Amino acid sequence: MWVMWASTAVTVGLLLFIIGFILKRGAHVLSWEFLFTNPRQSGALGGILPTVVSTIWVSAAAVLVAAPLGVSAAIYLAEYTKESRLTRIIRSGTEALAGIPSIIFGLFGFAFFVTTLGLGWSILSGGLTLGLMILPTVIRTSEEALRAVPRYYRDVAQSLGASKWQSIRSVILPAAAPGVMTGVVLGIGRAISETAAVIFTAGVALRMPLSPFDSARTMSVHFYTLTMEGISDDMAYGTASVLVVTILLINIGAYSLMNRLTRRYR
Amino acid sequence: MMMIARTRAWVATARLSDAMIERCLLLAALSAVSTLALITLFILREGLPVVIAEGPWAFLAGVKWAPSRGAYGLLPMIVGTAVVTAGALVVGVPLGLAGAITLAELAPARARTLLKPMIELLAGIPSVVYGFIGMEILVPFIRERGTLGGPGYSALAASIILGIMVLPTIIGISIDALEAVPRSYRDGSRALGATQWQTITGVVLPAARNGIVAAVILGMGRAVGETMAVIMVAGNAVQFPGSILAPVRTLTANIALEMSYASGAHAQALFATGIVLFIISLALNSIAGRVRGSRRKATP
Amino acid sequence: MSRLVTVAILAGCSAAADADVPAGGVITLAGSTSMQPFAEQWAEEYHGGRIIVQAGGSTAGIKAAEDGTADVGMSSRSLQPAEITGLTQTVVARDGIAVIVHAANPVRALSLVQLRRIYAGEIRNWRDVGGADATITVITREDGSGTRDAFQQFVMGEAHEIATSALVTAYSGGLRKMVSQDPGAIGYVTFSQLNTQIHAVSIDGVMPSEPAIASGAYRLQRPFLFLTRGVPTGAAKAFITFVLSDAGQRLARTQGLAPVSLE
Repeated sequence: MWVMWASTAVTVGLLLFIIGFILKRGAHVLSWEFLFTNPRQSGALGGILPTVVSTIWVSAAAVLVAAPLGVSAAIYLAEYTKESRLTRIIRSGTEALAGIPSIIFGLFGFAFFVTTLGLGWSILSGGLTLGLMILPTVIRTSEEALRAVPRYYRDVAQSLGASKWQSIRSVILPAAAPGVMTGVVLGIGRAISETAAVIFTAGVALRMPLSPFDSARTMSVHFYTLTMEGISDDMAYGTASVLVVTILLINIGAYSLMNRLTRRYR
Repeated sequence: MMMIARTRAWVATARLSDAMIERCLLLAALSAVSTLALITLFILREGLPVVIAEGPWAFLAGVKWAPSRGAYGLLPMIVGTAVVTAGALVVGVPLGLAGAITLAELAPARARTLLKPMIELLAGIPSVVYGFIGMEILVPFIRERGTLGGPGYSALAASIILGIMVLPTIIGISIDALEAVPRSYRDGSRALGATQWQTITGVVLPAARNGIVAAVILGMGRAVGETMAVIMVAGNAVQFPGSILAPVRTLTANIALEMSYASGAHAQALFATGIVLFIISLALNSIAGRVRGSRRKATP
Repeated sequence: MSRLVTVAILAGCSAAADADVPAGGVITLAGSTSMQPFAEQWAEEYHGGRIIVQAGGSTAGIKAAEDGTADVGMSSRSLQPAEITGLTQTVVARDGIAVIVHAANPVRALSLVQLRRIYAGEIRNWRDVGGADATITVITREDGSGTRDAFQQFVMGEAHEIATSALVTAYSGGLRKMVSQDPGAIGYVTFSQLNTQIHAVSIDGVMPSEPAIASGAYRLQRPFLFLTRGVPTGAAKAFITFVLSDAGQRLARTQGLAPVSLE
């Protein structure tokens, strides 16, 4: 029996160890200068400002793609259909998409956005690719959130004369908002930590991006480059710390949103 | 009279726009499926020409990979992926299953609400961070301790790191499977005099078997698809690993390592690697889905 | 909403930071990853315009110069006869390829034949070349790398291939780091990558050094080429002139490259 507990302790311990290891070595690098200064000598000195900005732009682009598409898809699945052949196809498609390796998304993004559509290595290419990658997450979480809204919400809205869309827009969606936002926030977290898909679509240019058509290096790509080139251990740990802290905050944010959702329906 | 006509007109427009909205939402819902189709199309478009030119056998059975010289054998990488994935499961399944059992069966509710998000946090850590930890800690450890020598960059290092990375997947889905087993099963078993441990192993686990198998398969899918962490610790040698301490290269690493430079036939060969990877992950995904589906039938 | 504000502020900051870039035009360099850091250094020091540096590898750089995707292609290998058509090559620096070993490794000299046999997997233990009794860990760059091509060309030749058991990395800095951490490792990096963490090995008696490379005595070297479609003109020409100037060459030498010529 204690074997079970020990294993759980090992698992949790690994998590704490990883976070602690990164933060212990990277914390001293963190500062406002680090976040807001430009890197020098390919990142060995200075800060990571362009990568922070790039990460924000790329994640924003990804959300702009995934949120409308994903929430709409979830609304359709939750509100407009019964289980049928069509919904089964949609669901298996979404599940399959969720399981595709990120490097395949990178290849696809490169072939489609960078080359065929001619967007080149750019924030747009990276954001669009990432948006498609996090789409299944948003769909899945949003659908759960919508289904969690109790039946009588819909019944009451419709008995008051609202059309289906009106009841969704004004009643159901706001009620499901925390859960939907959780899905979007988790998607952002995934987008931020993604590397393989981003390298081949957004590129590795270390300059500050001035437009969505500029190539951009996100924090995770920068961290990867710093590590693989052995440019600077300090900077690597610092960048990793920023990444880890950001992910932590995002996950905590997602969970408090989830709690708000469950509390509403207690 | 006018009122009725106006109301009718208003209702008619509402119904019309409702229909339009439904159509838009349907389009959105199809986006995931269409993306999948698009990905399939483009990966095939870029990779198929060289597969046809060289013949699929050259890829799947060839043992030499040197695209700049026209050798496109993926077999070492297929074996590499298989070895590393198997290793990841050896690490991840026992730990994961134990963790799932602990959280679903043994832990009090408060511990569960604390521990479950923490384990899901493991899933949120970027893969490059895992790879980095592997490079800084695990690889030197293996190199300096391994009695058989070896450079530290090895299938073992990759297996361990990947095993840790698939833990959240295995634990999460297994917990779902365990929680889906009705209370009555446990109550009945305890009423018959079984201990909690006997209940878990004799009643709950078998009942949740399909879901757990699905969890393992999805964990496999995650391991097969992992790129960055593996590149950083596996050594990337294009060889069949003679031992767990030997360096290996996976299909994913194969693509990512050479993608920045490749052009022409070399790039096509990398897309061809992508095709193989794509097929494997779709296959794993559908097997997992089918296993999960049969679970819904099994537990009444 | 607040994210929009943050993005706007940061975008504003970035615009302000780049406010001193003159309107002298933007040129794109693309190609060899070995040349990329140097190109970025030259770009940083150059004040006549905005330079964007992309990687992609020498082959991609050659193609980019050919089809106009980039203003200047960067190649760290000499061009095949078929690739030369229409392109003007300008040698901007010379790069030696240094063979490196762990700092504590006593072996400091190898013959070309020994090096070849090590990389082919025929010599497997350091004691066979005068070192300690330890397995040799061979590390190489990935297929497609200009550095690997140069190594293959000069060391392995046509008849021999690098062993499949060799560790592969896609980053020269990473390769150096791997060698610095493994006492039994051997690898190769560009001359500019040499630092105190590893030791260079002499090949057939010649140590890699700036004079040895510039004079050609150290044969393991390759030219760093800027490629333009036709004779360089306009903004590209101005940048290339800067790179070839005393200031540009001095910058290259501080970074570890050998100058185009010894004057």
